[in-house]
Amino acid sequence: MSKSNFTRRGLLKTSAVAGGAALAAPRFFSPSWADGHAGYLNAPQGDTVTLGFNVPQSGPYADEGADELRAYELAVEHLNGGGDGGMMNTFSSKALTGNGILGKKVEYVTGDTQTKPDAARASAKSMIEKDGAIMITGGSSSGVAVAVQALCQEAGIIFMAGLTHSNDTTGKDKKANGFRHFFNSYMSGAALAPILGNAYGTNRKAYHLTADYNWGYTTEEAVRTSTEAMGWETVAAVKTPLAQTDFKDYVAPVLQSGADVLVLNHYGGNMVNSLTSAVQFGLREAQANGQDFQIVVPLYSRLMAKGAGENVKGIFGSTNWHWSLTDEGSKAFVKSFGEKYGFPPSQAAHTCYVQTLLYADAAERAGTFNPCGIGEALEGFEFDGMGNGPTLYRAEDHQCFKDVLVVKGKENPSSEFDLLEIVEVTPAAQVTYDASIFGGELGTCNPGA
Amino acid sequence: MFGLNAKNTRLLFLVIFLVAFAPFLMNPFPTDSAMAQFNAGYPDLMQRFVIFGIFAIGFNILFGLTGYLSFGHAAFLGVGSYAGVWMFKLLGMNIIPAIAASVVVAGLLSVVIGFVCLRRSGIYFSILTLAFAQMMFSLAASVLTPITGGETGLTLSLNDPRIFGAGAVDGNIPVPGFFGLEMRSTYEMVMGGWSFSFNTGYYFCAIIMVLAFYASIRIFQSPFGLMLRAIKTNQTRLNYTGLNSRPYTLAAFVISGMYAGLAGGLMVAMDPLAGAERMFWTASGEVVIMTILGGAGTMIGPVLGAGAIKYMENIVSKINKGILEQWFSFMPDGMSDIFVTLIYPFIGKGWHLTLGVVFMLVIIFLPGGLVEGGQRIKSIFSRKKTEDTPADGAKTPAE
Repeated sequence: MSKSNFTRRGLLKTSAVAGGAALAAPRFFSPSWADGHAGYLNAPQGDTVTLGFNVPQSGPYADEGADELRAYELAVEHLNGGGDGGMMNTFSSKALTGNGILGKKVEYVTGDTQTKPDAARASAKSMIEKDGAIMITGGSSSGVAVAVQALCQEAGIIFMAGLTHSNDTTGKDKKANGFRHFFNSYMSGAALAPILGNAYGTNRKAYHLTADYNWGYTTEEAVRTSTEAMGWETVAAVKTPLAQTDFKDYVAPVLQSGADVLVLNHYGGNMVNSLTSAVQFGLREAQANGQDFQIVVPLYSRLMAKGAGENVKGIFGSTNWHWSLTDEGSKAFVKSFGEKYGFPPSQAAHTCYVQTLLYADAAERAGTFNPCGIGEALEGFEFDGMGNGPTLYRAEDHQCFKDVLVVKGKENPSSEFDLLEIVEVTPAAQVTYDASIFGGELGTCNPGA
Repeated sequence: MFGLNAKNTRLLFLVIFLVAFAPFLMNPFPTDSAMAQFNAGYPDLMQRFVIFGIFAIGFNILFGLTGYLSFGHAAFLGVGSYAGVWMFKLLGMNIIPAIAASVVVAGLLSVVIGFVCLRRSGIYFSILTLAFAQMMFSLAASVLTPITGGETGLTLSLNDPRIFGAGAVDGNIPVPGFFGLEMRSTYEMVMGGWSFSFNTGYYFCAIIMVLAFYASIRIFQSPFGLMLRAIKTNQTRLNYTGLNSRPYTLAAFVISGMYAGLAGGLMVAMDPLAGAERMFWTASGEVVIMTILGGAGTMIGPVLGAGAIKYMENIVSKINKGILEQWFSFMPDGMSDIFVTLIYPFIGKGWHLTLGVVFMLVIIFLPGGLVEGGQRIKSIFSRKKTEDTPADGAKTPAE
C-alpha cells in the first residue's frame, strides 16, 4: 500500500525520516526497519499503539471468545503497568517494564469473528484499515485462524494466533507473519495415545465424530494415526457440521457399529452438545465387544467441562494449560485473573494472554513494531515462566513446543471450577515432530509497506 | 441522456456522485475525534457497500419487477466466489478472468435453478429457491470439500499452478490486480484532522456498480421491464391473453443471478477467499432485507438498503462496552450505568437487534423503504414551496 502525507507537517516529517536514514546509513548497514517507527504498515505515530482482538463473540465458540477477551484486557492492563503485573514477573525475559510497548501506551479494538472465516476477515480488515491495528490476535476456530493469518500475511501485519489447535495453522497453511503458542492436534494424539492404551487396552474399536473443518480433520487424523499405531481399529469417522447443535442423529448409530470407543473431535459448544447426546443414549453404561464403552475428547477445556457438567467425569482428553498447575507463572496468572474476574482462567484465556505478552516482549527486544523485526525476535526464542515450562518458538514453522497435559474429568470435583484433573504432563520431547511433515511454506515476512 | 429520461439521468448522476465522493462522504469526522468510531470510509467497507449494492440491484430486477421473491440468491453469490477463486488458483491473479468466470458460472446455475423453480410462483417459488440454496450450501460445506474447501473456506496457496501468472512474489502469494494495478493499493490523503483513503479496488467496484446500475435502469425502462411489471401485476391475466410469461421470468431470474455472480466475483477480487457461509440462508435473507429496507421496485433503494445494513454490520458491531462507558462517562455514575445497560444489548454482537428494530420501524412507518422516507422529506420541502408561491402570487397584485 502506498501512503502519502500531503500536509506540510507530513512532508516535513517524511523528509526528516528520510534525512535521518541517509545520515545513519554510513554508520551501520541497518535493515529497513532500523528506524523503529516507519517503513511498515500502520507504524504507530503518536504515543499509543493499537492491537486488534478478533474473537468469536457469537457462535459455538462464544464462551471461549469471551474468556479470551478477558485475558486480552488483563494483558493490556499489565502491559500498561496496571494490576499486579501477572506473568510479567515470572516471564524469563525481562524486557517488559509495565510502560506499554516501546514506551507507547497499549490500546485495543475488539471484533466478532462469528466463528466464520468471512466475517473474521472483514472484522480484521476493518481493524487494519480503519483502526490502524499493528497486530491482530484471536482465534478459537482453526478455520478462522488460517483465514485471518493469510489476511495478515497479505496485509503485512503480525498475527498472534489465539486458541487454534489444527495442525494446518503452523503446518500446511503456515505464514511468515503468523505465530502460534497453542499446541496442536499432532501433539494431542501423541500425548493421548499412550494414556489411552494403558487405560483401555490396545484391542479397541473407535468411532470418530469429527467437526467438519480443518481442525476436525487434523485432530481425527492425529488420534487415528497414534491409536492405530498401538493396535486400535477405526470403525468409522463421521463428519458433523460446525453449526450443528443437535447430535442425536450422529450418536444413534454408534452402538450398532461394533465400536467400543467414541472419539469426539468436537470443541466448545459442539462438544458439550455431542457429549450430552452420547450420555443420553446411555453410551457410558453400555457394553460393547465385552468391554465397557468409553468416550474420548482429544481437546478439552474447563469451559467445555463446565458446559457438559456431570457428563465429563472420567473422560480423557488433552489440554494446553490448566489453572491448577502449580508453577510460578501459572499461579501468578490465575491470581491476577481471579482477582479481576472472580473465577480462574481457561486455557483459551491463558494462550491469548501469553501471546500478547510474547508479542510485546518481542517488540521490546527488536526495538520496533515492524513485523519482520518481531518475526526475527520470536523465531527460535526460548522462554520460561509462562505456565508451560521451558518453551521454544520454533523458527521453521512458528509453532511453540512445550509440555502437553493429559487430563481427565474429575470424579469428585471440590468446586465448580475444579473439573479436570491432570493425569500426566507429557514432556515436550515426546510431542515434537519434524517441521516438514505437514508441507506448506512460510514464505517471507511482509511488513506491508 | 444515454437513452434515459431526465429523471433517471439525474438518478444516475446522483449515484455516480455518491460513489465517486464516497471516501469523503463516508469519513465526515476527524480521525482523532470521538466520532471517528462512526467513520465508514475505509477501503474494505466501501468495497462492501458497492459490491452488496450490485447484489441488491440484481435481486431487485427479479423481486422488484416480477414480484418473484427468491430466498436463495446467496447461492449465486457463493458459486461466483468459488469460480473466481479457482480462476486465481489456476490462471493467475488478474481479476478479469475471475470476474468473467463468476458471472458465467452463476448465470449457468441460475438457468438450471430458475428452470425448475419458476414452474411455481408465490410462496412455493420462494421455498424452492431456499431449498436449492441450502442444497448448494451443504454441497459446498461438506460434500464438495475438495473443490470448495468445506467450512474452512477456499484459499489461495503458494503452490497453486497459476499458469499465466507468477506463483509467488517475494515468497508470498501475489495479490489480485487489474493488469498490474493492485486492488489493495490505497492512496491516503490527509487534510487537517481528516484522512481520506482512495482505494483502487473500491473505484474498480464503483465503476462496475455504476455500469450495473445503468444496465438496471435500462431494463426498468425497456419493454422487457414493462412485461416483467405486467407479470407482477397480474400473471394469470397475462397468461389468458395467450402470452407465455415463463421465458420472461427466466430471463429476469438469470440476469439477477448473474448480478449476484458478479458481486461474488468482485468480493473475491477484493479479498481472495470464499467461504461456504456466504451461501447460507441468512445471507439470502440479508439481500431480501436490503432490498425491502431500501425500497423494493425502486432503482436506488436496494443500494441504500445494502449500505445501511453493511454499515450497521461493520460499525455498530464494533462498538464495545468500553466505548459505551466512555460516551456516558460525563454523566453521574448511576445514570451512566443505566444508559450503558440500556444500550448495551443493541451494540457489539447485538447489532442484529438494532437492525431488527430499524427494519420494523421502516416497514411500519415507511412501507416503501428508505426511498419513501426520502420522498416524504422532499415533498415536505416542495409543499412548502408550493404554498409559498400562491402567497407570493397573492402579494404581487397588492403592490
